[in-house]
Amino acid sequence: MANFSLRVNGRSHTVDVDPATPLLYVLRNDLDLHGPRFGCGLGQCGACTVIVKGEAVRSCIRPVSSVQGADITTLEGLAKDGTLHPLQQAWIDEQVPACGYCQNGQIMTAKALLDKNPAPTDAQIRQGMAGTLCRCMTYYRIQAAIKRASKTIASARNTPGSEVIA
Amino acid sequence: MTTRRDFIKTSGFLVVGFSVAGDLPLLAQGSGAGPYPDVDFRQLDSWIVIRQDNTATFFVGKTDLGQGTGTAFRQIMADELDMPYEKTSCVMGHTDVTVDQGGSGGSDALQTDGYPMRRVAAEARRVLLDMASAHLGVPVGQLTVSDGSVSVGADPSKKVTYGELIGGKRFNVTLTGSNINATTGVAKLKDVQQFRIVGTSPQRYDIPPKVDGSLKWAVDAKVPGMVHARNVKPPVAGAKLVSIDESSVKGLPGFVKVVSKGNYVAVVCEREEQAIQAARQIKVNWQKPATAPFPSSEDLFSYMRGAMPTSSAAPIVVGNPDTGMKQAAKVIEADYEIPFQGHTSIGPAHALADPSNDQLTIYSNDMKSYGLRDGVAEFLNMPRDRVRVVWLEGPQAYGRTAADDAGFEAAFLAKELGRPVRVQWTRNEETAWDTKGPAFAVKVRGGLDANGNLTAFEYDARAADYNHLGYNEHDTVLISQLFGARRAMPARGSAATPNEMYAIPHRRMTAHVVSLPLVWETPVRTGNLRDPNGPQATFASESFIDELAAAANADPVEFRLKLLMAATDDDSGFKRVRSIAVIKAAAEKFKWDTRPSPQRAGGGDILTGRGIAYAFRNQTVVAQIAEVEVNRRTGHVWVKRMVCAHDCGLVVNPEALRRTVEAGTLYGLSRALHEEVRFDTEKVTSVDWVSSPTLTHADTPETLDVVLVNGDPNPDRPDLPHYGAGETMCKPTLAAVANAIFDATGVRIRRVPFRDARVLAALKTRA
Repeated sequence: MANFSLRVNGRSHTVDVDPATPLLYVLRNDLDLHGPRFGCGLGQCGACTVIVKGEAVRSCIRPVSSVQGADITTLEGLAKDGTLHPLQQAWIDEQVPACGYCQNGQIMTAKALLDKNPAPTDAQIRQGMAGTLCRCMTYYRIQAAIKRASKTIASARNTPGSEVIA
Repeated sequence: MTTRRDFIKTSGFLVVGFSVAGDLPLLAQGSGAGPYPDVDFRQLDSWIVIRQDNTATFFVGKTDLGQGTGTAFRQIMADELDMPYEKTSCVMGHTDVTVDQGGSGGSDALQTDGYPMRRVAAEARRVLLDMASAHLGVPVGQLTVSDGSVSVGADPSKKVTYGELIGGKRFNVTLTGSNINATTGVAKLKDVQQFRIVGTSPQRYDIPPKVDGSLKWAVDAKVPGMVHARNVKPPVAGAKLVSIDESSVKGLPGFVKVVSKGNYVAVVCEREEQAIQAARQIKVNWQKPATAPFPSSEDLFSYMRGAMPTSSAAPIVVGNPDTGMKQAAKVIEADYEIPFQGHTSIGPAHALADPSNDQLTIYSNDMKSYGLRDGVAEFLNMPRDRVRVVWLEGPQAYGRTAADDAGFEAAFLAKELGRPVRVQWTRNEETAWDTKGPAFAVKVRGGLDANGNLTAFEYDARAADYNHLGYNEHDTVLISQLFGARRAMPARGSAATPNEMYAIPHRRMTAHVVSLPLVWETPVRTGNLRDPNGPQATFASESFIDELAAAANADPVEFRLKLLMAATDDDSGFKRVRSIAVIKAAAEKFKWDTRPSPQRAGGGDILTGRGIAYAFRNQTVVAQIAEVEVNRRTGHVWVKRMVCAHDCGLVVNPEALRRTVEAGTLYGLSRALHEEVRFDTEKVTSVDWVSSPTLTHADTPETLDVVLVNGDPNPDRPDLPHYGAGETMCKPTLAAVANAIFDATGVRIRRVPFRDARVLAALKTRA
């Protein structure tokens, strides 16, 4: 066991765990952040995705020792001052989730995608999201929601005085 | 004696999940630290609580598997009660506070359970009107009710709200009915035309907390003092436990205990990652079985065709099929093969069991939470009223949780350790050992007369479905099998015949079950997978109807319509005319070009084609058309466009239904293109998302149109029923895609799934 300082959703935490502990279990069990979920423990499905230094990262295979000091964002950290992130709002507007278990990974992967490419083509969305699995098969609506959020972000950027939380 | 206020104090986790704390004192049922007697469905207070602020909560014995049924329950009950939808909420599936409607299964939430819900809500409205009549001094007939407020028709200033009439008090009204589905008061149900909320699309209330991370799922359940367990499965099917070297894990940090009984082994640690590590590291000595537990998946179908059936259903015979076949001008036959396909939930099995207060509380996503309660009580030999299951949302898996391995395991371990235990399966464990939909081998023959009419049809199916797993049975759940439990007579299983309404003069349909060599403690075990057996049977029958249409040089849509129109009688749900309606609706939406298949192949690498298939489940009728692009160099199939025409009677929430149908159609696509359980002669070898692939974003059709159809011959009838909508849409998809591949390429794929290599090989054989 060893102490690790983590910066998650803008707040600092110190946890005393084995260095090899996957970040997922620290987030869920020590910090009570349940957005990221266990799906495979193999980095294959994406249900555990969080954003570390701007990259979508599979927290189930990322040792806690490797993210010390890095800025980590979980699903719980997307909303700002009570306003949902445009992706979260788009997810509600499109009524995306079925069971919803994988949607953390879908939203967080989409967040990293849009941060890098605010106006992705359909093909880029398919490709960029292809490794994030949904067994309810809500893919069609997820893709619609990403396009909707992309438009929201673009129109907010073009409106003087409006704040974009993306 | 505990009070419902105790329940609030002792179940802090629950209160976070559901804001029902204030309602519990009003419920008919007791709760708290236990015991937990059955909730009395004949008490109106068991179902509905109305507060002084004129809001209502409905307590129903169902679970929502992500298809919006909770929202639909609120809609139908609010509508019968005349409450605004926004002022209602819904609690589901907590065995100690909601009536036992069996949880979910069979897509019967609205079709069956919706009716007692509507009747109790209507009864509450009737009682409230009586109370208002006394309160306002005006006969009921002169009262009007709207949005939970009763007013005098002649003088609307005289009014009283439901909350003012009953808020903070109990109804104390006894209902009647010999069983829960028959629960009723004396009030009449509304006509369809009187509905204001049914037929509209309020957004699903469960979506915002699923999107902002605030929802508490079963996987999130925590109680003080809990420990984490991981199972250690036999590495080879049928292996016997010889010995465990506890010293291999005893020194690990957080180690609590190794628990074993029979061939069941689990390691328990203080922290989750410690339990995972210990389960990886523990040294267990297993003895392989003397004979192979099953043939390899490569040899499965020849094994199934050669096996002696363990049971055969009585043949379904129409006319004289032997004579019919002999008199046919043209006879064709074909064999179809559908492998085992897993539930492969995105989230492996999980549960938390808490043995505090000498009771047992299980936090679970079991779709049949009441069955889990009953099964665990029997399994642990506890009185049923000392066990409760708190249902919380979980990953959908289409029947997987109806035999809730993790719930039983957590309960057993919690009793063994005397402290709360959380169990979660690993990905490899889940994909290898979850329940499977049975493999099917189907032989079909058809006879056409000189004019291309289908006059004789034979269907003969074999399903590897022996010892099909029941719902939360204490003696068949996997942990019980590993303990050594054996039923003298394993469940027979079943092999389905197709569900269509074709009028064929002569037909014979037979269905047999065969067994794999290993019956117990096997990872290749079958359970109810979404529309059990439907996709398999329909793949064979609807592909073959297409083959017959091609042999008759007929258009596939016209060929089907002709078979449906050849009869004039129908069943009480008008399934035949509704079948015609969905096929026509799908063809119209798709802009179907009437011609026989296959079309003449063009040049280039990409071949395109379209295919139709149709089926029903209970009274819900679906037709689907797929448009595919087949890459003849790689064998890759992309379903570029899908149309699904869907008739489930009265639609409660059209937008939620559309999404359920969309997702279910894509689920069918996943089974068509990707899903197959692979195994060698010792173990399952498809164990993760690489070896057991599923549909991805990259496969998603460009266009996916859902057409909601009301094909009832009297579409405006006031009692139009609401049928189930959770499963039928994945039934015809496999055949629709296979038919489209045939249309594009002239090659018939008779083996699921249509992975690139299989399609490419078939294309090469043809060339």
